[in-house]
Amino acid sequence: MIINGIQIDDTFAEAFNMRGTRVIITAQNLKWAYHAAHAMTGFATSVIGCGVEAGIEAEISSELSPDGRPGLSILMFAMGSKVLMQQLETRMGQCVLTCPTAAAFAGITSDEPINLGKNLRFFGDGFQTSKLIGGKRYWRVPVMDGEFLCEESTGMVRAIGGGNFLILATSQSAALAAAEVAIAAMQRLPNVIMPFPGGVVRSGSKVGSRYAAMFASTNDAFCPTLKGVTQTELSSDIESVMEIVIDGLSFDDIALAMEAGIAAICALGSASGVKRISAGNYGGKLGPHHFKLHTIMGNKQP
Amino acid sequence: MSALTFSLKKPLQFAINCAALTPDGLANLTLNEIAALTLHHGKQAVRVDELFDISGHDNASLRFLNATQQLDYLGANMRSGRIDISGDAGAYLGFGMKGGEIRCLGNTRDLAACNMQNGLLVIHGNTGDFLGGAAAGLRKSMLGGTVVVKGHAGDRVGDQMRRGLILIEGNAGDYCASRMLAGTIGVLGKVGSYAGFSMHRGTLLLTAQPDLHPTMQACGSHTLPFLNLLFKSFAPYSQAFASLKSLRAARWLGDAANKGMGEILIVC
Repeated sequence: MIINGIQIDDTFAEAFNMRGTRVIITAQNLKWAYHAAHAMTGFATSVIGCGVEAGIEAEISSELSPDGRPGLSILMFAMGSKVLMQQLETRMGQCVLTCPTAAAFAGITSDEPINLGKNLRFFGDGFQTSKLIGGKRYWRVPVMDGEFLCEESTGMVRAIGGGNFLILATSQSAALAAAEVAIAAMQRLPNVIMPFPGGVVRSGSKVGSRYAAMFASTNDAFCPTLKGVTQTELSSDIESVMEIVIDGLSFDDIALAMEAGIAAICALGSASGVKRISAGNYGGKLGPHHFKLHTIMGNKQP
Repeated sequence: MSALTFSLKKPLQFAINCAALTPDGLANLTLNEIAALTLHHGKQAVRVDELFDISGHDNASLRFLNATQQLDYLGANMRSGRIDISGDAGAYLGFGMKGGEIRCLGNTRDLAACNMQNGLLVIHGNTGDFLGGAAAGLRKSMLGGTVVVKGHAGDRVGDQMRRGLILIEGNAGDYCASRMLAGTIGVLGKVGSYAGFSMHRGTLLLTAQPDLHPTMQACGSHTLPFLNLLFKSFAPYSQAFASLKSLRAARWLGDAANKGMGEILIVC
């Protein structure tokens, strides 16, 4: 498939089941909501080393936020519920409780509630108070700037992580510029995050390594500097590859995000330096969710 | 279907216990069966149809017409349905109520919403003492639900209240929120003396500074974002309360004589 001069490989992205949750963080203004959100979603690029993958989903206006202040919604994903609960509590305690004026609320409902402020309340040392408002329990923890307001729990849902596509370009700058355009388009969509720095990952990995202690290592088939010494996937004109990884609440959410991102790149045309779009998979043996690029981009073909 | 209507035939000499006349209690009963039920009037057991003219068919929705303050325990322990009261109600209106909705267009005597657990009770007139209070011998009173009083309330509002919401658009008497354990009481008018007396936890929300006793501790004025949530939650019940906008409140904690952490918030 070729769209606007850019080749779309006949391959698929392979994704995995995850557990996900959403938290709404509000603050006196967006600046401080971002401070809390950036801290909470920091060091959360990959479950391989961070435990969770997290990112800012969207801004929330004061009219739509629970407490009438501007805020942000955060999505957080982990491979299991236990890790997700641990990471959420830790990050809430260290990143949101500590952030001036910040408050936290449930962003999703489900039959599986997980603790948000339930245990954080003990920071109040007996001075904390609870309020049951509209059937939801909130905790008010006295802190030095006033009160930390936090809903007792949020929901945990089944989700999908590891949707991805690769941008193959004639130069590093061209690949990165295209990735930025794709991320801008994808960030407008709900229910997904791109957890890596700026939404982009340059160190795509393969399963396994020649070193016994490593269970993942560099994806040498897509490393342009190894073209001559490995079974490369790259043609001679490809000098740089960037990957965008997507976690989402459902298959359709991820597929829509991939479509938006790839379409935005294709709109740039081959003159941008982008020559191919591909995707990372493990032969279909590991992840149950397969995002086929030709299916996703089928209705975008001229 | 029209509401099942009980129209009081004549003023009563003594109070009667109307606990049997609830949507749950009358479910699946025919009009004849309902008419044959007996209520106690003084020492006498009296058939319902001797006290009331009965009409209508919808047992899930009851109406009391010509109601007076001799009708005690209206809506007691009801779990669902609706009761509309045209006139006054006696004591223990909504006693132990577990669900449904009661609307009283007149005034009520004492102990409305006593030991209420859930549901909605709206009193358009005034109510007596111990609104949301506990029945004799019990250490906890209201356990949930919402009470809205459009008029004034007597003394001891929310005495030993454990959970739930009481909104009073008028004034409340002395000892408002006394021995309160948790929950929220809002009063738009004035409160009498000793508000929060022996209060343990919970919130008493006021709009005017009351004359507080010395064991309520001043904690300064603060901007409290949670008030926004609270005010928004009032909207289905009281436009007067929902129109509160200021998130700035003076906070008093106590009752220190009871090692209490109850709070009185006076919205600026």
